[in-house]
Amino acid sequence: MDSKKTIIELERVVIKFSGDSGDGMQLTGMQFSDTSALMGNEVSTFPDYPAEIRAPQGTVGGVSGFQLNFGTEDINTPGDYADVLVAMNPAALKANLRWIKPGGTIILDIDSFTDKNLEKAEYKENPLLNDSLHDFHVIQAPITSLTKETLKELDLDTKSVIRTKNMFALGMVYWLFNRESEFSHEYFEKKFKKVPVIIQANKLVLDAGYNYAFSLQLVRSYRIPKAKIKSGTYRTVSGNVATAWGLLAAAEKSGLQLFLGSYPITPATEILQEIANRKDLGAISFQAEDEIAGIVSAIGAAFAGKFACTTTSGPGLALKSEAIGLAVIAELPLVIVNVQRGGPSTGLPTKTEQADLLQALYGRNGESPCVVIAVGTPSNCFKYAYIAGKIALEHMTPVILLTDGFIANGSSPWRIPKMSELDEIKTRFIKDGTQNYKPYQRIEGTMIREWAIPGMAGFEHRIGGLEKMAVTGTVSYVPENHEVMVRERAKKIEDIKNYIPDIKIQGEPDSDLVVVGWGGTYGHLLSTVNELNKEGKKVALLHFNYINPLPKNTEEVLGKYKKILVTEINDGQFFSYLRSKFPQFNYTKYNKIQGLPFTIQELKETIIKNLEE
Amino acid sequence: MAENTKYTFKDFKSDQQVRWCPGCGDIAIMSSIQKAMAEMDTSLENYAVISGIGCSSRFPYYMSTYGFHGIHGRAGALASGVKTANPKLSVWQITGDGDALAIGGNHFIHEIRRNIDLNVILFNNQIYGLTKGQYSPTSFYGQVTKTSPYGTVEQPFEPGELVIGSNGTFFARGIDANVQMNIEIFKEAEKHRGTSIVEVLQNCVIFNDGIYDELTNKEHKEDRQLYLRHGEPMIFGKNRDKGLMLDGFDLKVVKIGENGITEKDILVHNAHDIRPYMQLMLIKMKLPVALGVIRAVALPTYDNAVHKQIDEVISKSKIKCMDDLLNSGSTWVVE
Repeated sequence: MDSKKTIIELERVVIKFSGDSGDGMQLTGMQFSDTSALMGNEVSTFPDYPAEIRAPQGTVGGVSGFQLNFGTEDINTPGDYADVLVAMNPAALKANLRWIKPGGTIILDIDSFTDKNLEKAEYKENPLLNDSLHDFHVIQAPITSLTKETLKELDLDTKSVIRTKNMFALGMVYWLFNRESEFSHEYFEKKFKKVPVIIQANKLVLDAGYNYAFSLQLVRSYRIPKAKIKSGTYRTVSGNVATAWGLLAAAEKSGLQLFLGSYPITPATEILQEIANRKDLGAISFQAEDEIAGIVSAIGAAFAGKFACTTTSGPGLALKSEAIGLAVIAELPLVIVNVQRGGPSTGLPTKTEQADLLQALYGRNGESPCVVIAVGTPSNCFKYAYIAGKIALEHMTPVILLTDGFIANGSSPWRIPKMSELDEIKTRFIKDGTQNYKPYQRIEGTMIREWAIPGMAGFEHRIGGLEKMAVTGTVSYVPENHEVMVRERAKKIEDIKNYIPDIKIQGEPDSDLVVVGWGGTYGHLLSTVNELNKEGKKVALLHFNYINPLPKNTEEVLGKYKKILVTEINDGQFFSYLRSKFPQFNYTKYNKIQGLPFTIQELKETIIKNLEE
Repeated sequence: MAENTKYTFKDFKSDQQVRWCPGCGDIAIMSSIQKAMAEMDTSLENYAVISGIGCSSRFPYYMSTYGFHGIHGRAGALASGVKTANPKLSVWQITGDGDALAIGGNHFIHEIRRNIDLNVILFNNQIYGLTKGQYSPTSFYGQVTKTSPYGTVEQPFEPGELVIGSNGTFFARGIDANVQMNIEIFKEAEKHRGTSIVEVLQNCVIFNDGIYDELTNKEHKEDRQLYLRHGEPMIFGKNRDKGLMLDGFDLKVVKIGENGITEKDILVHNAHDIRPYMQLMLIKMKLPVALGVIRAVALPTYDNAVHKQIDEVISKSKIKCMDDLLNSGSTWVVE
């Protein structure tokens, strides 16, 4: 390593890799984040890609990005604004300029700044020739031509050569942040095992980028000290994969086979793909003909005694609502995962939002209560998918698990749990030899019914969507019975509050103001509140994972604060929910509805304003 | 007839009062199914009877087996889930022309396409009965109903054509009152591995009474019904003197003994022909109407293939449990 180089120590850095959707920016970003995690940093990532698979090349609409935040501590989000932007073409620069910190570094592929590409990006004049970038440290690197030069000796077609240019950019950033290249080298060896020339090409280009940055004699590079991380075995996991694994873990723990009935929909598809790939764990994946068949086949599988799940996103949840009602009245265990995206209708398929909360709570005909759980971070998707399975199976009820596009696609290092550490899951199968089985007989002291499945002799019974007589389960139109059954189903869900943990106050408990959030905003809220506390501002945080039922101490805890600020990526749905549950308190709200996560900066400003009011 | 003496048809009746209208064709169909089940090898607890919504879909409540009365149109998806979850079960989907062909049309064609080993009994009365008399996807063009006071201006589906169009492996047709024929058909359906679609022409005494009279009245029925059996000549008629022959690309009715035609000239039914052309002609034929098992061909079933694939992957994969999966791929240790 060059001894003349000034090495500056930083606590955290945000990098955004950005290029055409075919430029391999997701892979580049993942390589950087994996390497950083392996080098002992905390990392949080978020890919940002267009809805079109290959939008017109070179246009702003076709830009695909991957943002990551890595550092020494308190990395709870992928970061608001980037310290470094890698822009593989003018469109990538244009799309991201507003997200770079003043004084930040921009690495450009100067070869791509042709008149034609500038025109495609709708630049009226070349931004490199006016002063529009003067706030930034711009490195104009001939990435494409140097990649070609590097590989000219190799027997490789031009297309394959060009395809490696992302590794040149990665090499440059590796030098800038003192990353070791060996992890990526190992990755190439595994990934391209069958084509040695591609392994060689990627290694050469990565190293060429690294050496190029070194020889540019950039005045500074950065070191990011290792994070203080709890000991254990770690891996990187995205929210969607963690969700799939949480469901698989619940299946294994309960001793049941997993059945997933699902239909592909962005941004939830990856869960289906992951489970389809887990036949080795016995998982059945049924790619249905539509969203409705996805959930209904799962209900059929639950009737037949499987751990049944369905996965979807907002519009799909709408299509499934009648069937969720069927699972409610049939009192069968079922997990419905909804990876929320911007709505209404098709809305913003690749962008995030928290606007399906009221749909999850109330979006069905009749009195149709479900358990609703929301996940806070990518790696917590495992925990809460597991809990969703546990609650569904132990309480014989559908459970809606809400994640969102932000945490589903985001990833972070995750301390791998051992299966033996996870809570037991107790299924409700009727015991063989039980006499006089009645399908709606409640287990003593609970509202939970017992599960008898086809194939079990002596327990034959009929269930269905028509209202059933309490206990016996025969069809009943008796007016009073309907009220009894509606209340029994409601109480069954309400009772679950006794099985979930109390909500904990985070931040400075002894404050006037409490910030309230739920689901995927956790990282942003936690970082914001921590920063404000460090700055001496008193503010507490209540972050909810259990939405229905709410933790049983919710009312008591909310009552401690003069001011309750409910923050959401929607127009105030949890705000309305809390107000309807506990109308005695004063709530204010802060909402963002742009298909984007919060920034810590805007949250801080909002909270400070509220503190001053 | 009984092949085992374990059950009588009464064992398949539940204690619930049957609430179909007196004289409804559904009653006879249920009785045929119960009789067929009593004659099969399956134990009572291994039957699952699944339905959607409609008059016929009340069926599971009247059975003593496991049953699930689902939501409108979704019987196919529900049954697909049950059978895929547990292929050992004998799964019977009870559905109607509205449930299967209108609101549930998508599930209907896809269960057939997948060839899930289900017995689908499609009660076709060409009307919506439970909502009291609106036209259905099988109502004839011009039919006057409550929602088509001037006659429908829609072409009907022929259910068998959807089966052929969906690469179906089994299609049979029966008539509600013909209990003996139906028992035979249902047993064939159960024997068949794959999606067995049995269309039962069913009379709705209240909203579409007499829709099949031309086919079923005592005077003409033998001349208007052709009961097909695999390997047997296509002969029908009161005097069993009528038969089918090819006429170019079509079928024609001929009289045995006339114009030198003998029984040997009559077409022999081949339900096992994978090519559906002749079967399609039989499905579409109006006079006589073809009954019995029209198509029964062997193709792999979905439910079997799903579990076979899982078993194969389990035997080959290094990942044997969740702990293996969690620790697979790129991991690192923090001391």
